Amino acid sequence: MNIAVTGLNATDNPGPGVPVIRSIKEGDGFKGNLIGLIYDSLEPGIYMENLATKCYLIPYPSSGLEQLYQRIVQIHENEKLDLIIPCLDSELYGFAKIQDRLNALGIKTFLPTIDQLNIRAKDKLFDFCQSSGIKVPKNILANSLQDMYSIPTDFNYPMAVKGIFYDAYIAHNFEEALSAFNKLRVKWGYPIILQEFVRGDEFNIVALGDGKGNMVGAVPMRKLYITDKGKGWAGVTIDDPILIEISKKVIGKIKWRSGMELEFIKSAETGEYYLLEINPRLPAWVYLAPSAGQNLPYALVKLAMGEEVETMTDYTVGTIFVRSSWDLITSIKEFEKIATFGEY
Amino acid sequence: MENFIIPQNVAISDSGFLFQAATGESFTLNEIGKLIVKMLQGSSTVEQIVGKVCEEYDTDPRTAERDFEDFITQLKHYSILK
Amino acid sequence: MADKKRYERPVINKHYSGLMNKFGSRPTTQPKTEIDGVTINELVEKYGSPLYVYSEKQIRINQRNALRIFKTRYPKVQFAWSYKTNYLSAICSVFHKEGSWAEVVSEFEYDKARKLGIKGENIIFNGPDKSRNALLKAIKEKAKIHIDHFDELYEIIELTEEHKLKAQVAIRVNMDVGVYPKWDRFGFNYENGEAGQALKRIMMNPNLQIVGLHAHIGTYMMTAEAYRIAASKLALLARFLKDEYDVAVSYIDLGGGFASHNTLIGQYLPAEEVVPSMEQFAEAISAGLYELNFKVDEMPTLILETGRALIDNTGHLISTVLANKRLSSGRRALIIDAGVNLLFTGFWYKHPVSPAQDSGVNIEDTTIYGPLCMNIDVIRETINFPSLRKGDKVVIDYVGAYDNTQWMQFINMRPNVVMVMEDGTVELIRKAENLDYILDREVLPEKLKLK
Repeated sequence: MNIAVTGLNATDNPGPGVPVIRSIKEGDGFKGNLIGLIYDSLEPGIYMENLATKCYLIPYPSSGLEQLYQRIVQIHENEKLDLIIPCLDSELYGFAKIQDRLNALGIKTFLPTIDQLNIRAKDKLFDFCQSSGIKVPKNILANSLQDMYSIPTDFNYPMAVKGIFYDAYIAHNFEEALSAFNKLRVKWGYPIILQEFVRGDEFNIVALGDGKGNMVGAVPMRKLYITDKGKGWAGVTIDDPILIEISKKVIGKIKWRSGMELEFIKSAETGEYYLLEINPRLPAWVYLAPSAGQNLPYALVKLAMGEEVETMTDYTVGTIFVRSSWDLITSIKEFEKIATFGEY
Repeated sequence: MENFIIPQNVAISDSGFLFQAATGESFTLNEIGKLIVKMLQGSSTVEQIVGKVCEEYDTDPRTAERDFEDFITQLKHYSILK
Repeated sequence: MADKKRYERPVINKHYSGLMNKFGSRPTTQPKTEIDGVTINELVEKYGSPLYVYSEKQIRINQRNALRIFKTRYPKVQFAWSYKTNYLSAICSVFHKEGSWAEVVSEFEYDKARKLGIKGENIIFNGPDKSRNALLKAIKEKAKIHIDHFDELYEIIELTEEHKLKAQVAIRVNMDVGVYPKWDRFGFNYENGEAGQALKRIMMNPNLQIVGLHAHIGTYMMTAEAYRIAASKLALLARFLKDEYDVAVSYIDLGGGFASHNTLIGQYLPAEEVVPSMEQFAEAISAGLYELNFKVDEMPTLILETGRALIDNTGHLISTVLANKRLSSGRRALIIDAGVNLLFTGFWYKHPVSPAQDSGVNIEDTTIYGPLCMNIDVIRETINFPSLRKGDKVVIDYVGAYDNTQWMQFINMRPNVVMVMEDGTVELIRKAENLDYILDREVLPEKLKLK
């Protein structure tokens, strides 16, 4: 079986491609090749030994679907792909839109629908949660500079200022909010999400939905160490049935078909969980899941291939991941291959 | 006659990959770009280069020379050419 | 000559981390060599450059698709062609031949629709600017007047009394549908009760016959849900008229505003990935209307004034490369003979631009400028583009909406517009302007003439 995976950017703002590949390779009875689809010749995953058998550059989502599709056709000629697992938020709409054409080539995907993506999109999450009885922080969408000047007075600082796809800043006053707004506007366009900041501890959960409303598995984690970019650099699996219940509710209600990561804050004041974000793909820390006993990426592969997967409920509490930085060494000759031919 | 010098530590491979050892920067050239850089390294004159391009490719000397000038500007911009 | 290799300009691209993205050795920009089977070269030879080209076939396909999509969800549907989006006579006529009414927002557009053979009763007269004369004409010809403000309402009442006429009216309603910016400058507000007030005032007057309700919630809408909200709020107003006055409006007009697949500047993902489909818009609108719970024979007709989404992809602008330039930053620039005076929408869209001939595999980050002596004349700030030579052609897509109504003479005059017909022939639908055309409208005072 040949599986292509994107998001090999295991940098300080990591994509989940590397741990997804690592998990699948360790799947029980898995036989096949993992192929990396990359956007940049310096994605660290390219240079990791025994990870991807081959890597290919693909065009950025912003260059249009036809180019992406044509490039995949080319790669498919060489690799006879059975499955593609897109791992980055910004490419999911594109892959969801071309999935029928990919299926026609014999390439399977396991993706949420466009409507499902829209529900969890950062700008719609608030409405979805309110109608589902899940707590969320107060939320405003800013579509113009004028909107910034009309933030209601009952909206308290600090607030999180978030881009529609990526990036978030904490603003303690209007000036900081404005500066963050301007940075995000240039980079990701509108809308910009303003979210009231809830003080408390961060919890995350990785889960997998089968598209019929069932949650195939879920592993909750508490971040132990957070970098200045807000990325979890270490975390521990925890025993918390409430988090799992909320995830079940979300997946059941949307009939989510794919992996997802839910981000929560447990309010220091009330002890209640606030859902901050639904990320529509497996997270960069997903290798913690197979390590704790639930190989969710491999389960995703099986679901994609139409196999039965038993619901997983057990996992080892107290499993810890600690991310590390490790310099990979290569030569300009190797770099040349990927930079010149788009293949490595 | 202007003299174009490409430093010794600029390495260009058959794939058109150019590595500037002094700065660590790298570039990709197309086939004609590669041909020109290689000829410049071999101290060819403008006339020789334009002649060679016209001989091998379907173009006229005026087009070849104008594009050569533009290319030289780029090489200078990237400090590949002194 | 034959054994020589294909020439291509020498190119050097620096590798930047995060930017480098050359892949494989196949061309990434497919050339667009023809429009509906007519080659670009043939078109330019005959009609010059720059040149606007429309596809009759595509217009009809778009209109038929849209009608089918809405009709499979709601029984009574009528489209009205939005003149301001494109009022070239040939374009309007294709839509009219497909059964569309006319939607106009000025006296000039009204007269144009009448001239094209549209009956007054098939004209929807919108907008805040309707002159007294235009209103009188519209009342007489039984056009459907969509009242925008109270001053207009009272003017219509006056006219009907003065001339002993009856007017067919609707009101335009603005409302909160959860999207920004809120368009509250047109029509009567729903939430503050102004719309209900206007309806009451209309019902009191025997000369005014309320025939419809209208909302137009915005432009380039990225969410279908907003239309569901708008449709259901209009449905509530229709219900109010039925319950209070036993009047069933004959139509509900949801306006236009569906986004096309043109990508906005500042939008990261291509529009085709994020814009809702026509099916989603239709689904949302019919879901909203079904909240009316009218009997089938009392269901109002759904009127749509879709403009952009029906016309944008049917228009193409062919342009010729005037020069290649290398900017001081090392960036490549291409100067073409079509500027922002012809492509007004270039200020907010990243129009797709394709070379019209095979142009090799090497692409470079390029800025495309128009020919005007103006710094703002930029067609694309940044686009990955192959090397083109002077005289090569490019095709700019998605120029069907608003460009031929907002273009202007500036430095250069406006070029020919042609339509590739369904049968494959090409018809000139607007002649290029010339000096006589300009001078015809000018008056030079005798005393200023050079002797």
